[in-house]
Amino acid sequence: MDLRLPSKVLEHILSFVDSNEDRNSVSLVCKSWFETERRTRKRVIVRNCYAVTPEAVARRFPEMRSLTLKGKPHFADYNLVPDGWGGYAWPWIEAMAEKCPSLEELRLKRMVVTDECLEKIAASFKDFKVLVLTSCEGFSTDGLAAIAVACSNLRELELRECIVEDLGGDWLSYFPETLTSLVSLDFSCLDSEVKLSDLERLVSRSPNLKSLKLNRAVSLDALGSLLRLAPQLVELGTGSFSDKLDQEAVSKLSQAFSEMKELKSLSGLWDVLPEYIPLLYSVCPGLTSLNLSYATVQMPDLLELLTRCSNLQKLWVMDLIEDKGLEVVASSCKELRELRVFPSGAEGLNDTNVAMTEQGLVSVSEGCPNLESVLYFCVQFTNAAMVTIARNRPNLKCFRLCVMEPFAPDHKTQKPLDEGFKAIVERCKDLQRLSVSGLLTDKAFEYIGTHGKKLRMLSIAFAGDSDLMLHHLLSGCESLNKLEIRDCPFGDTALVANAAKLETMRSLWMSSCCVSFGACKLLSQKMPKLNVEVIDEHPLETRPDSSPVERIYIYRTLAGPRLDMPEFVWTIQKNPEIGVSHLAIK
Amino acid sequence: MSPEEELQSNGSVASSTRNIVGVLKEHNYLGLSDCSSVGSSNLSGLADDDKATISLKATELTLGLPGSQSPARDTELNLLGPAKLDEKPFFPLLPSKDEMCSSSSHKNIASGNKRGFSDTMDKVPLYTEKNWMFPEAVLATQSVIKKEVAQNLPKGKLSTTNNSSSPPAAKAQIVGWPPVRSYRKNTLATTCKNSDEVDGKPGSGPLFVKVSMDGAPYLRKVDLRSYTNYGELSAALEKMFTTFTLGQCGTSGATGKDVRNETKLKDLLNGKDYVLTYEDKDGDWMLVGDFSWEIFIGVCKKLKIMKGCDAIGLAAAPAPAPRAMEKSKMRA
Repeated sequence: MDLRLPSKVLEHILSFVDSNEDRNSVSLVCKSWFETERRTRKRVIVRNCYAVTPEAVARRFPEMRSLTLKGKPHFADYNLVPDGWGGYAWPWIEAMAEKCPSLEELRLKRMVVTDECLEKIAASFKDFKVLVLTSCEGFSTDGLAAIAVACSNLRELELRECIVEDLGGDWLSYFPETLTSLVSLDFSCLDSEVKLSDLERLVSRSPNLKSLKLNRAVSLDALGSLLRLAPQLVELGTGSFSDKLDQEAVSKLSQAFSEMKELKSLSGLWDVLPEYIPLLYSVCPGLTSLNLSYATVQMPDLLELLTRCSNLQKLWVMDLIEDKGLEVVASSCKELRELRVFPSGAEGLNDTNVAMTEQGLVSVSEGCPNLESVLYFCVQFTNAAMVTIARNRPNLKCFRLCVMEPFAPDHKTQKPLDEGFKAIVERCKDLQRLSVSGLLTDKAFEYIGTHGKKLRMLSIAFAGDSDLMLHHLLSGCESLNKLEIRDCPFGDTALVANAAKLETMRSLWMSSCCVSFGACKLLSQKMPKLNVEVIDEHPLETRPDSSPVERIYIYRTLAGPRLDMPEFVWTIQKNPEIGVSHLAIK
Repeated sequence: MSPEEELQSNGSVASSTRNIVGVLKEHNYLGLSDCSSVGSSNLSGLADDDKATISLKATELTLGLPGSQSPARDTELNLLGPAKLDEKPFFPLLPSKDEMCSSSSHKNIASGNKRGFSDTMDKVPLYTEKNWMFPEAVLATQSVIKKEVAQNLPKGKLSTTNNSSSPPAAKAQIVGWPPVRSYRKNTLATTCKNSDEVDGKPGSGPLFVKVSMDGAPYLRKVDLRSYTNYGELSAALEKMFTTFTLGQCGTSGATGKDVRNETKLKDLLNGKDYVLTYEDKDGDWMLVGDFSWEIFIGVCKKLKIMKGCDAIGLAAAPAPAPRAMEKSKMRA
């Protein structure tokens, strides 16, 4: 008797399995489940574009409708990855155009996207609906025009913090009059002014428009007319909030805001003048997400705004909020889940607001029971504060503390911040993401290795004393997936000793550490399933094994060494050197 | 314009360099009394052999690993953590940890305070725990000792800008620190100055650009952030370059006194004889006025007051220039 589940039935069951993690498990059960799963997966996520080839992905998931790709390592955000390293979208788009022409959605993060890529998308995918580019670069507004003109069913076009060659605002005018399907438009990172009348017409013929994020060039006056055309918006990113309006215009704008009953998310607010803050009061009670990280609004104007946001779940703000403002958040925003506080001074240290200290975060941890994600830039911190925060909020899932002075100790006791981070990892048992900073010894990492069992991503800078530190992490953190380290004094021993661990992780980044060339060669030889990339813009003429490398990026891959490496990236396959010097490994 | 004025306008850049050097020199003391306190106080938590190590090392005035030669730097160094100096080459732009202990310490990060790679690399063994001193002892003492800014940046420079030939920045920066996305940094750099002025709080710092004028013997510098619109900028430039235009007027026959007349100057500067141009990020020379003020200060690298006839072939800003012109006129 055939006990196998008929594939049609299995297919039907699988149609209810949404999460890719679950689908990955499903595909491991047996061959027929693998086959059924792969033929029915619609949403494919590849979190390292070099871990697998585009052809392999297209072959495995022929019914793919949505593809998400991530390219450069996270530290590329902070200019630690030289230009030209890689992360090109073109091979993927080319492969999908050929093998999966029914692709509808493309979400790319930290990748190099050219105008040719955008033109290819426009030409190849007949039912293309969603393009979301986050922290991407390499294209111009001409590429956007190509998308606008050709994708007749476009639903989402979002450019989040991309570096775009801005050739002008014409691209927006290329959306045809027949396009009425727009749900989300985000061009906040562009500089040029778009034609207001075209934007207004686009908005008025898009009844499903739910999210609109304007760029800075859109004036306050223009905002008014746009809001009147789209009162149904759920997410709004304003343009510049600083034009001088006359009384009538102000009251019209106020009226427009009060009509927006669905608004949940507000951002933009560039250059917001204090006298315009009251315009926002009417939407505050409905807001769940508020991004003031580009708004140079200071206390006490902030206070009035925050006291009204009783349903806020996500708050991004600059340190202009000060401890006082965070106290108000603690008492008014009881639903808060995510807090990010960015430094207001461009240089970080000298211009940073000193009226914001660790106390602000402590207040929020006390007052907001649902707080689970924190990003906090602060000049200095104390162990006691972290202990209190950990005690208050054992439910933290993401704790990223950036003490902006490298090696800054606890400013009250002058001790390292070891004990503080110990409290965090000990108490917050579900912590998945952690960034550490300040003065830290190996002890801190022993604690993290011992307690951070659910930790998936860890970022470290200017810390530790020796290889022990790395060893603690690699041997202790069972769930570790991404580790990124800069400017720490170790490398070889711990790396080579824990080489096997690296295959269980997505990637490891180390820059300005003490990793020697010899260790890289050894690792490359020992671990064929890893790509060990040495990224050195100034290599020495001859490379003795003991010479340190500038950066090393190690990631597991099924694709083997990549073919698009620039000259400053070395892998053993590229220039294998004759013999590997014997390296003493304990 | 006197040389003093020139210096003043260069002030913010030069003085911070001077500050670093000045401060460094000030703090460049051995503090022998502190040194000996390293051996005696605040070491209770340490094992005996570590204490011995510390006192021994405390008297050893070197930068490098024991046994290695330190290049001509015997007189200034980090006494509190000679072992820590092993790390130094790998943290090119960082102050030593000890410096950060003192909360009143100068916040600038010295640049390039490290030795060449080639100096250290030949002798570097694999690092083990024993090479490092326990940092608690180091931190317990509060001396502030700064390194002299290194003049030469070695080949194997880490953690600095990708271009090795650039000199250390006056206000020394570590690449990618604090970890703020460059998109964010660039965007904030062009934030309108209005809010800064209102509360008197410092914004992102002054934005000096050089201003040259055809026929003028030397450059001036202006802080773009001290103006809020094109009108203010042009008024300031007029004032600055008065002397030159006066000279010009003189040759055309008017008397000195008549020419000290604002309208005449405005005519000279604003379209009849001179145009204001700027060099943008891409190195192109453009006419000033097409972008909104905020965008302009973000892209402007240099200013130049050109003769009208010279500026004829100059590119105007890309479309939609006409509307942008309106916009900027409205705002100005």
